[in-house]
Amino acid sequence: MSGATLDPRLANARVAPRKKFQFSWADPRFRSLVWQVVIVGGIALLVWYLAHNTARNLAARHIATGFDFLGKSAAIPIGESLLPFTSSVSTYGLALVIGILNTLKLAVVGVVLATILGTLVGIGRLSPNWLVSRLTGIYVETLRNIPVLLQLFFWAALLQTLPGPRQAFHPIAGVFLSNRGIKLPTIDWLPGHLWVLVAFLIGLAGTIAWSRAARRRQDMTGVKPLVWPAGVLLLIGLPAVVWLALGLPLALDVPALRGFNFAGGMTVTPEYGAMLLGLVLYTATYIAEIVRTGILAVPQGQWEAAGALGLGRGQLLRRIVLPQALRVIVPPMTSQYLNLIKNSSLGVAIGYAETVSIANTTLNQTGQAIEGIAIIMVVYLAFSLSISLFMNWYNARIALVER
Amino acid sequence: MSATTTTHIPAATRERPPSGLVGPVAWMRANLFGSWISSAVSLVLLYVILRAGWSLLDWGVIHAVWTVPQGANGADTTACRDAIGTGACWALVPEKYRFILFGFYPFAQQWRPAIVIVLFLAMFAISANRRFWRIELLYAWLVALVAIGVLMWGGILGMPYVAQDQWGGLPITLILATFGLAFAFPLAILVALGRRSTGMPAVKLICVVYVELIRGVPLISLLFMASVLFPLFLPEGIDIDKLLRAQVAIILFAAAYLAEVVRAGLQALPKGQGEAADALGLSYGKKTLLIVLPQALKLVIPPLVNTFIGFFKDTSLVLIIGIFDLLKSGLTAVADPNWQSFGTEVYILLAVIYFAFCFAMSKYSRGLERSLDRGHRR
Repeated sequence: MSGATLDPRLANARVAPRKKFQFSWADPRFRSLVWQVVIVGGIALLVWYLAHNTARNLAARHIATGFDFLGKSAAIPIGESLLPFTSSVSTYGLALVIGILNTLKLAVVGVVLATILGTLVGIGRLSPNWLVSRLTGIYVETLRNIPVLLQLFFWAALLQTLPGPRQAFHPIAGVFLSNRGIKLPTIDWLPGHLWVLVAFLIGLAGTIAWSRAARRRQDMTGVKPLVWPAGVLLLIGLPAVVWLALGLPLALDVPALRGFNFAGGMTVTPEYGAMLLGLVLYTATYIAEIVRTGILAVPQGQWEAAGALGLGRGQLLRRIVLPQALRVIVPPMTSQYLNLIKNSSLGVAIGYAETVSIANTTLNQTGQAIEGIAIIMVVYLAFSLSISLFMNWYNARIALVER
Repeated sequence: MSATTTTHIPAATRERPPSGLVGPVAWMRANLFGSWISSAVSLVLLYVILRAGWSLLDWGVIHAVWTVPQGANGADTTACRDAIGTGACWALVPEKYRFILFGFYPFAQQWRPAIVIVLFLAMFAISANRRFWRIELLYAWLVALVAIGVLMWGGILGMPYVAQDQWGGLPITLILATFGLAFAFPLAILVALGRRSTGMPAVKLICVVYVELIRGVPLISLLFMASVLFPLFLPEGIDIDKLLRAQVAIILFAAAYLAEVVRAGLQALPKGQGEAADALGLSYGKKTLLIVLPQALKLVIPPLVNTFIGFFKDTSLVLIIGIFDLLKSGLTAVADPNWQSFGTEVYILLAVIYFAFCFAMSKYSRGLERSLDRGHRR
């Protein structure tokens, strides 16, 4: 690897004319060409050798390649799915789609919760209150030094030890905690709700308009009219009035014990609960550290200047510190989000039906190892790429605008 | 100088700071009850801590069961079973620690993996000391690794042969992590240099694709690849054992992440260093080995150690493809019908072991960061 000795700036700075390409070891360009041919050739040879072996092994074991198996019916018992799935009737393709949706369901909720928790903990570590900063510090130092897989096993085991449906914990009406998961009541959609939603959207538009008007007024007069009373009135008051006017339409689907299990309501399965709890608590420790270093990266003078202007602590954080800290926070945050998504593949260890777990079952049942692993990799590469693209766009948006 | 002058001031004339500014009361006023909201938070937290701390103490110490009698078939865990929900069953630790640490390694031969663990710890401790950072350390590691291989396999020096599928527990975790890093690190440096190369676009492309591909997929997919696809890749008749295949997957995985850390160091190094080396007429190899890498690697030691910590934790994933590492042996220990309901105790034990390793590394990284930073401060 002795090819690239020349810095491109050096090449430009030279007075000597560009030398002719020579087939001699003394010419750096010739050397780099030779090295590239050797390295690329070596890798190509290795890949060819492996592919050749694979083809022979597949032929010897009578395994057909191709993605035809996706259309066959799959005998996979799937605990939870967002789409209707019948084991031994529905196809492997549908099972994989369900797995991808389950991964997304876990990743989206996990990212949001981990960001909220991580930000709170990160700010908490900088709190002037000794107890708060110590407790958050202990939380961060402990959980980030224990493998996430161990934590997931722990939460899964803990949720398994909850009592059965008949002795379920019943903290508030309509909520049950048992080893079948968490049961929550849901609200049935009624026609009248549409108007409430419309009223809420009108209120949202009104709030945005009001806050813009307030901003303009502040620019002109220096006095900012209060925004939050108008916001409360428009966002909560208006829908509430519409709801009242329609005669309070409401139908709750409350879970109830029927026989040995619950009927009605919404279920958070123990597997999903354990995955979510484990991933959020683990990732939040990293996010907390990122937020903490981001805030510490804002120079002390910025805090003091904001204090000198008479800003309160809330305004100081929201208007001065956060916009500057975000520039430091966003890039490492991206890789934590990606880590959370990649760690969601550990669902395979505790029986959560996500992409890897379903792909693994598929490849065990059909023997299509290459295709199964290719699917896992393509799916995760797609996730990684799309998150990277989005975060790069966001990063560019909040970046410092210089002259 | 100032010390001598202050001692001459008569004690009576020296003013004590106002009592409101020093002492535990003042400390509490400043750090716990700074404002009414801080006071409220402190009180709530104090209540929670006392409640949680007491129930933990109650469960873990006061009502805990420390020993159980030996019954006809194994330990008699009735005492532990009676205490479920009220007290921990620490009797599990003396009963099961050998299984958790060494797995199915033949019981009479378990002094061998024990020495291996001690050897690893000693080598880690020696390598952590900057005084020993020279070429002899590399030889010491080579000797240690050979000794570890001899101890684990046996077959010579009167030690009976132990097949690899009987290994388990902590040695597996340490072997995977140490060998993984030992091989991934040089590979990572090559990949990082390749990715930075300006004259070789084809090599650069290969390095970029390798790094981005590996970093885009979860480790578990690489481990599946190692357990399912590697046998397909090899010619018939050649069979590599599972541990080695997982080790290869971990090396490939770790190298991609380490390469990015090394690349960051290469990028942070001022360009003048490389240019000065070129001006002196050093060859690419000499420039890289003597000028660029020593400085670039020094810049990224803290993130490197953080990455090491990550891999140490990630080795636990090998249990998914059926390798008997520390986590797996812990889970298997509580699969024993006698001890089935004491998962929490084992999880705590395992967490303590992993935590000890990772926390030591992160403390070390922070200390190193501080001592290395000194050279840059004026």
